[in-house]
Amino acid sequence: MERTQLIEKLMHAVFFIAACASIFAVGLICIFLFANGLPALKEIGVGDFLLGKSWKPSDTPPTFGILPMIVGSLYVTAGALIIGVPMGILTAVFLAKSCPPRMYRLAKPATNLLAGIPSVVYGFFGMSAIVPLTGNSILSACILLGIMILPTVIAISESALRAVPAQYYEGALALGAGHYRSIFRVVLPAAKSGVLAAAVLGIGRAIGETMAVIMVAGNQARMPVSMFKGIRTMTANIVIEMGYASGLHRDALIATGVVLFVFILIINLSFSALTRRKG
Amino acid sequence: MNCFDIENLDLFYRDFQALKDVNISIPTNEITAFIGPSGCGKSTLLKTMNRMNDLIEGCKIEGTVKLFEENIYENMDVSLLRKRVGMVFQKPNPFPMSIYDNIAFGPRTHGVKKRYDLDELVEQSLKKAAIWDEVKDRLKKPALGLSGGQQQRLCIARALAVNPEVLLLDEPTSALDPISTGKIEELLLTLKGKYSIIIVTHNMQQAARISDRTAFFLLGEMVEYGQTEQMFAMPHNKRTEDYITGRFG
Ligand SMILES: Nc1ncnc2c1ncn2[C@@H]1O[C@H](COP(=O)(O)OP(=O)(O)OP(=O)(O)O)[C@@H](O)[C@H]1O
Ligand SMILES: [Mg+2]
Repeated sequence: MERTQLIEKLMHAVFFIAACASIFAVGLICIFLFANGLPALKEIGVGDFLLGKSWKPSDTPPTFGILPMIVGSLYVTAGALIIGVPMGILTAVFLAKSCPPRMYRLAKPATNLLAGIPSVVYGFFGMSAIVPLTGNSILSACILLGIMILPTVIAISESALRAVPAQYYEGALALGAGHYRSIFRVVLPAAKSGVLAAAVLGIGRAIGETMAVIMVAGNQARMPVSMFKGIRTMTANIVIEMGYASGLHRDALIATGVVLFVFILIINLSFSALTRRKG
Repeated sequence: MNCFDIENLDLFYRDFQALKDVNISIPTNEITAFIGPSGCGKSTLLKTMNRMNDLIEGCKIEGTVKLFEENIYENMDVSLLRKRVGMVFQKPNPFPMSIYDNIAFGPRTHGVKKRYDLDELVEQSLKKAAIWDEVKDRLKKPALGLSGGQQQRLCIARALAVNPEVLLLDEPTSALDPISTGKIEELLLTLKGKYSIIIVTHNMQQAARISDRTAFFLLGEMVEYGQTEQMFAMPHNKRTEDYITGRFG
């Protein structure tokens, strides 16, 4: 008796510590980011930092304007959404509503595998399959990111579609609507909040992606010129320059991280708002 | 004149035979009630009449089902069949959209596009289903905000909006309170004469109150079918008598 009770208590403590560790980690990251990033923000000036169009850290005097990178991140994210969300939703509709069971046993693990592929591998794929067609460009990054967010969009939309009561589908059929009309006009709208949540998670994935984007986007720190020209994202900016940066340059990169963090925070908040409303 | 003529109907769910040699002719513009204990095949027969059974994998049908002399399992467009034979489900299932869009869904499916025509159809259907006065000021509001009884009348209105000839109702009041049930029964009585109505019910009084004819089913067989009054007063079959007097089922 004594012994089992002791084990129970011990296990409880282990779980508690494990849970605390992740909260602790988030806290640490926040403190580290803001402690290093905020002073730099103050020194450069929030306006000059966020809205400055020129990023020249080695000029004298240096300029630290990250607007090109913010715009770059937003461009590739938006492009990824335009490509990945419709494709992901269509795939989810197929998986949830039309897929023969035998094919499902193949297709489902395949989409899951897509989620597990490391981003460097995606990068290689982009370099060898996309860049030859569209160059090191915004478009290449959009296409690659569009593919990378697919598994997220598919998995979440599929479960949202499956959660829609069968009676909606049957009700539409009973009025003479066809399979696809019933799905696109009744079932999919009923799963709207889940599908939106899928898109929001896709945004999070796309905006935070680093390695694959660096490998195909060209990485020029300038305002976007055209879809077929290169761009640099916030994540790319940090990774490319962090290795040799020091002083204010280094802190400006960390401040870029703060901006990214705020973006992710907004995305997560809207995601939980969306999923809460559904429940 | 009959709306449905069903002959020698056998229905299998894989190996299980759910309907056994059912023969029934259902007259036009009357109310016909299907009664019988749970699992006897009432819903199955109903779903055979608008081919909702097509959705069920392993469902096999033998025999003939004719709608106004046309075999619905041969050369008939399912979409058109379901336009002619509307269905109302046990659990009210308005779509998660506005009241207006719920009613307009069917007509839109069948090609009505003009705003004016749709407005007209929505109003007419809601009036026929005796719910217009309750919803006319909130047509753009979500249908799921209505009460259960209102939702069910909305579903009836939605079915009427495509101008069907037959209306199938599967225990349409079993999820409703007595007052809502009364309203639906009243509504069905006003609709008969213009539509052929087939209703599945577990409520013996309901069958007696509103139906012209009643069919009694047991274990996939149709045991007895006739004028409701006559059947409730003097059933021919001993098993029918046992059921309607509440001795089993
Ligand atoms: N999809 C299905 N697959 C296999 N068997 C089924 C299926 N649907 C119904 N059945 C079986 O067919 C028989 C008739 O079912 P049905 O739903 O028609 O009964 P019912 O008379 O409507 O019953 P209730 O009054 O409970 O609604 C039952 O034994 C049921 O278990
Ligand atoms: Mg039933």
